[in-house]
Amino acid sequence: MNIISIAYKNLKRKKIRSGLTIGGVAVAVAVLVSLLGFDKGYRQSLTSSIDKMGYQLLVTAKGCPYEAATMMLKGGGGLRYMEQDVYEKISSDSRIDKITPQLIATVYDPNKENGQGGFALYMGIADSYLTLKPWTKFKSGGWFSSETADEAIFGYEAAEFEQRLVGDKIFIPNINKVLTVVGIFERTGSQDDGTIFLPLKTTQTIFSLPDKLSGIGIKLKNLSDIAEFEESLYNEPSIQIISMSQVRGTILNLVSSAKVLANSIAVIAIFIAVIGVVNTILMSVFERTREIGVMKAIGASRMDIFKLIWTETILVCTFGGILGSILALLGSSVVEKIIKGVLPYAPSGQLVLIKPSLLLEALIGAIILGVVSGIYPAWRASSMIPVEAIRTGE
Amino acid sequence: MSKLIVKAENLTKTYKLLAEDIKAVNNIDLEISSGEFVSIMGPSGSGKTTLLDMIGCLDSITSGRLEILGNDVSGKKESKLVKIRRGNIGFIFQDFSLVPSLTALENIQLTLHFAAVKQETQKSIDLLKRVGLGHRINHLPRQLSGGEKQRVAIARALATEPKFLLADEPTGHLDTENSQEILNIFKQLNQEKGLTIIVATHDAELGSQAGRIIYLKDGKIVSK
Repeated sequence: MNIISIAYKNLKRKKIRSGLTIGGVAVAVAVLVSLLGFDKGYRQSLTSSIDKMGYQLLVTAKGCPYEAATMMLKGGGGLRYMEQDVYEKISSDSRIDKITPQLIATVYDPNKENGQGGFALYMGIADSYLTLKPWTKFKSGGWFSSETADEAIFGYEAAEFEQRLVGDKIFIPNINKVLTVVGIFERTGSQDDGTIFLPLKTTQTIFSLPDKLSGIGIKLKNLSDIAEFEESLYNEPSIQIISMSQVRGTILNLVSSAKVLANSIAVIAIFIAVIGVVNTILMSVFERTREIGVMKAIGASRMDIFKLIWTETILVCTFGGILGSILALLGSSVVEKIIKGVLPYAPSGQLVLIKPSLLLEALIGAIILGVVSGIYPAWRASSMIPVEAIRTGE
Repeated sequence: MSKLIVKAENLTKTYKLLAEDIKAVNNIDLEISSGEFVSIMGPSGSGKTTLLDMIGCLDSITSGRLEILGNDVSGKKESKLVKIRRGNIGFIFQDFSLVPSLTALENIQLTLHFAAVKQETQKSIDLLKRVGLGHRINHLPRQLSGGEKQRVAIARALATEPKFLLADEPTGHLDTENSQEILNIFKQLNQEKGLTIIVATHDAELGSQAGRIIYLKDGKIVSK
């Protein structure tokens, strides 16, 4: 006979009450695991997404730098444009390893969003684009036939979503232009997957943005030159320079504010769970006052009773921890969908990352919860004077 | 000369109520020797249970002196009293007081667990067999009759091989047949094993079977 089996049998006496308490702990643990999993997953996805942009610096037209960078990441429109001269001027800098110009253009498409209408986004790129992203491979087809061709390359998801194959014709509404799909990229795990690419010059022509660029991606030969390089461009009146690590920091800061709120909710959930556990175990102790008195009469010491009630509390929290971890695992895809729906910028990849180590931490946390919340009820039970306990319960 | 199990001198227990102090046990002198079968009888409120609780080291004494198995328990704290109780005193209650979530076997094992006795399972089975419940070891209290429950309670009380048994109204919830069965077990334990038994009871039949009857009235012994 061991104390765990006695404690387990005691919990089974009031199945519904024990079950509800375990459920309360499970919800708190599931919320906590999901939040921690999101924090880990989001950081990882964002870092990976930014790394997969291939460049460390982004030159944009003057305006809010972070907004511009976020919109570029998100693929949004409404960007400011700069003159192509800037590109010619910067590209001669010897510190640059690779450099590529980009032009993002949007057009209203009444057929988008299931007929509700929305902005379709096109990205004009030059040959140098792929030198910055050597991992990008073609699933089918290939590069544009010329700088001015009326051709398009689809990102993996964009092609899947629109069911496009190489050779298909696409129609750009409003400007009444027909383009031919010449290539489809393999999945990259970055924003490129959802983008439609056109030759830079074609984009400038058909969207009436001659000699305009929305961004210039730069990779330096030496990472330590970033600060110095940024400083050298401060004098350019029409542009600004954003480092991708800054963007990452800014987005993570934005998300951190939301995280504080979410963490507060988790703390409240845990607090409520603790109160629920203490309440349940205390009720159980009071109901068993006579039984505890009898146990003391037949030889149980204070420590025996303390251990018994403490074990019951720890068991409740352990079961809650296990159930909560399972709930968090099963619900992670739902949580991910919700988060993707509400976040201003959701990088591609798994946003809620629940690793076994996190589940183990959650379980240990739940056990600690039991250890802490069991102290008071166990102390109350162990402090009962046998004769009073026996008479109270009569 | 038999060893003294209980020795009380001027033993008094007073309960403080708002209006007055009630002396539940009033200046009692009492000696009970090893091997005796003693019944404590008297009307309700005469102090039977209070006296039994003090002898069982469950309740503190207000004044006087009480020795249990040679230990002066006057003014002792609960941590000291539990050491005297454990292994020395077997308790039997009117309502059986078995743990409802544990089987007959586990109820006995629990006592042995508290007393840190090894090989608790075999010993518990033997005890249940001794009270005629070898076939009921895995039954929960709710699956047992009143008489069977009290027999489990007796087996539990005997588990640690106590020096004496204290039974508070052990037949109070039983019919005549089951009461007789419990009485027979007590007589057997007393006569064959020489176990000291102290019973507080209203049951005249049970009381009359004891070797000595102590009558209490208003907290005082009126005849020994």
